[in-house]
Formats: sequence, structure tokens, C-alpha cells
Amino acid sequence: MRRFIVSVFMIVICFLFQTTVFQGIDFGGIVPNLMIVLTASFGFMRGERTGLIMGFACGFLADVFFGNVLGLNAMIYMYIGYANGKFNRIFYQEDIKLPLGLILLSDLAYGFLYYITLFLMRGRFNIGYYFMHIILPEVVYTILVTLLLYPLVLWINKKLEELEKRSARKFV
Amino acid sequence: MSPIVKKKGEKFTLPGKYLLFILTLLCTGLIVITFNTNFLSEPVSAVGGSLIAPLQEGVSKAGSWIANRSEELVQIRSLLEENAELKAQIDELTMENIRLQQGRYELTNLRELYDLDAQYDEYEKLGARIIAKDSGNWFHSFVINKGSNDGLQIDMNVMAGSGLVGRIVDVGPNWSKVMSIIDDNAKTSGMVLSTSDNLIVCGDLELYADGLISFEKLIDSADRVVEGDKIVTSHISDKYLPGILIGYIFSINVDSNNLTKSGLITPAVDFEHLEEVLVVTQLKQTAGESD
Repeated sequence: MRRFIVSVFMIVICFLFQTTVFQGIDFGGIVPNLMIVLTASFGFMRGERTGLIMGFACGFLADVFFGNVLGLNAMIYMYIGYANGKFNRIFYQEDIKLPLGLILLSDLAYGFLYYITLFLMRGRFNIGYYFMHIILPEVVYTILVTLLLYPLVLWINKKLEELEKRSARKFV
Repeated sequence: MSPIVKKKGEKFTLPGKYLLFILTLLCTGLIVITFNTNFLSEPVSAVGGSLIAPLQEGVSKAGSWIANRSEELVQIRSLLEENAELKAQIDELTMENIRLQQGRYELTNLRELYDLDAQYDEYEKLGARIIAKDSGNWFHSFVINKGSNDGLQIDMNVMAGSGLVGRIVDVGPNWSKVMSIIDDNAKTSGMVLSTSDNLIVCGDLELYADGLISFEKLIDSADRVVEGDKIVTSHISDKYLPGILIGYIFSINVDSNNLTKSGLITPAVDFEHLEEVLVVTQLKQTAGESD
């Protein structure tokens, strides 16, 4: 229950920051994708199930506010969360390379999937332009923000796990 | 043994892949429903919006404060230069203003003669503040802090200063979502003010960085339309009120079919620095209404 509340809180905070504060401190009109950081990190920290639920929640929130169709973002985020969950087995908290790599790949994948579903389908074929001007800058900015955000997510997760262990011991 | 069969004493949880499958079906269903109809978006938006919009408004204020401070530091130098330039411009404009006032006097007289009083100076407008922008980098829609409680409705036109920004596509009790005319999937029916030729204004993500939008399907066989001409919303648009300024023609090309022309428009509104907008609380009258 505690975990649920904290997760909801984190999603809302990230969404709020992405749509408001970061719109003010954008670089060349590009905003980092905080929700992909959240989805991916919960994926590889907690496994497939958490990853996909987290992704679904993040994507759905984005859909409700800014989606042209309901459920498209939810689906993309959900699959990204699920795929990240596959790496749960080789994840160690001390290692920062794997999380960074995974978040980078996730944001790339998000960019391409979004391009294919909403732009390629409408006959916008200039993928080179979109890659250089939207997808790549977003990935770079997201990775920069990840260096700050990820330790925080990791810390929260560690605290939660400690609390869960303690309360489990109490009830035995 | 099937993984969903519950073991004794174990708490029931659905394995990831089944959950993935179920949610995929749910999403596909939602996509199909919302792509074809409109009935789901209203309740979902209302619930989501009334929870999130007030928060967005608060955080947005903090965000724009930070942005303003950082921008101030960067811009002081360029502002000084700009100031000198602008002062020179003021003199020029004052001269022009006097000329225009004379023109306006003439215009009022002519308008009285023609009984043309439907100019957009007289549209009822309502100010609103932008509280959030699209979470991604692909589209350019945003959320404003007024909604159905303030009498806003879907398809109402949104302006900033004297130019067209877009229209409302979604309304909640205390917020509404605006799709701008520079959005990649936005198409607006426009008209060249001087010649009354119709054209279609389309938003394009590729042009966004240059601060331009494109237009197409301009039929101008007499070659009367030139660069710098004013583009306003047309009379035949079913969403936009006529005569609202969209922008100025930046360049014109003849299409390969030799019949129509296309090109680029400089929008009248600075979409990069939008903070407050005006909502025109009057809907375009469409055929079939007895209004």
C-alpha cells in the first residue's frame, strides 16, 4: 500500500514537472522525458510486472491530457516497462552503466515507436529530420536529467524495500 | 501446471505476461474507440483534469518564474541592443501610425457604407493562462486554466494578441486543451486578405524550428498574391471565425501541377513565448443551425 501511494506520487510529480517546469527550461524547444526514466527504472529495479503497470499509468496520464487517441502512449510505455523488466535479473544497484544504457535505449525506442505510429502513418517520411531534431536531442537531454533523477528513484526504492523488510519481520 | 492456479496460502498475483496481454487488449480497444468516436474522452478528461489541472497551475507558476529569471540573465545584453533598435523603430512607427489613422478614418466611413460591422474587434473574448504544455516533443498542444465552468466549449477559437493560436479540442470543468495551428496534424482554412483567394494552412513539425508554417492549395492564376500578403481565416472554415489574422506570406512556390501554389507563412503569434491567450467565446455558425 505504501509502495502504491509513493508510486502514484512519483508519477504525478514527474508528469507535472515535465509539462510545466521543464517547458520553461527547455533547450531549443526540447523537453526531457521524465516518465520514460521512471518507467524504465521501475522496470529493471522491480521486474516486468511493476514495469508494465508503471508504464501503463504514465502513458495513460499523458494520453488523458495530450493524446489524440486514448491508449496509444499507454501501450508504448507499457511495452517499454515490460521490456526493461527483462533486465531485472542482471541489475545491481551499484552499477550505473546498465540503467543509463537501458534508459537511453528506452527513450530511443519511444521516439521511434511514436514516430512510426503518429507520423509515418500520416505519410511523413523524413525520418532523418525527426531523428536529428526531435529524437536525438530528447535522448541526450533525458540522459542528462537521468543522472540527477535516477539516484533519487534508486534511493526511494531502497528505502521502500527496507521498510517492507522491517514490517515483514515484525509480523512473523 | 498453469501459472495462474493459486497455491495454498499464497497471495494471488497475475503474472506479468498475462497482465501485459490483458492491458494490450484494453489499450487497443481504447484506441479503436477513441479514434472513431468521442464519447469516452469526456468523462476521462473530466476526472483526470480536475485532479491534475490545479496542481499544474501551481507548479507552472513556479516554473515560469525560474524560466523568466534565467532568461533575464541571458537576455540583458541583447535587450540593450534591441532597445536602441526599438527606439528608432518607434519613430518610424509613429509616422506610420499617423498615416494609418488617416486610413482608418477612411475605412470606418467605407465600412459604414457597406454595413460591414463583423470584424473581430467585436468578438467577445476571455483571457486565460497557459498552465501546461504537451508532455512530448512531437505536438504543440497546451492546457489553459479556464474550462466549461467559465463557459468555454469545444471548437472555440483561441487568439493571442491579434493573431490566431488555435482552437479548443477538449474541455474539462476548470481547464481546456488547445490545439495550435502549428501542430503537425492541424489544418486551417485560410484566405489571402488582399485577393480573397482561399488556401489551406498546415502545421509542420519540420518547419517549427524556423518559426514558420506552410500553406498549400492556393489557386492564384492571375499571380496577384505576393510575399508579405496577410493571411486571415476564411469564411468557409467550419471551425474558425472569419477574418482572424494567421500570418504573412514568407515565400510562394508554384506546385508541380502548375495549378496551385504552396509556400510558407510567418505566423502572427510568437508560439515560442505564449503565456496568456484570449478565447473567443463565440462559435462559428455552421450549416444546419437555426441560429
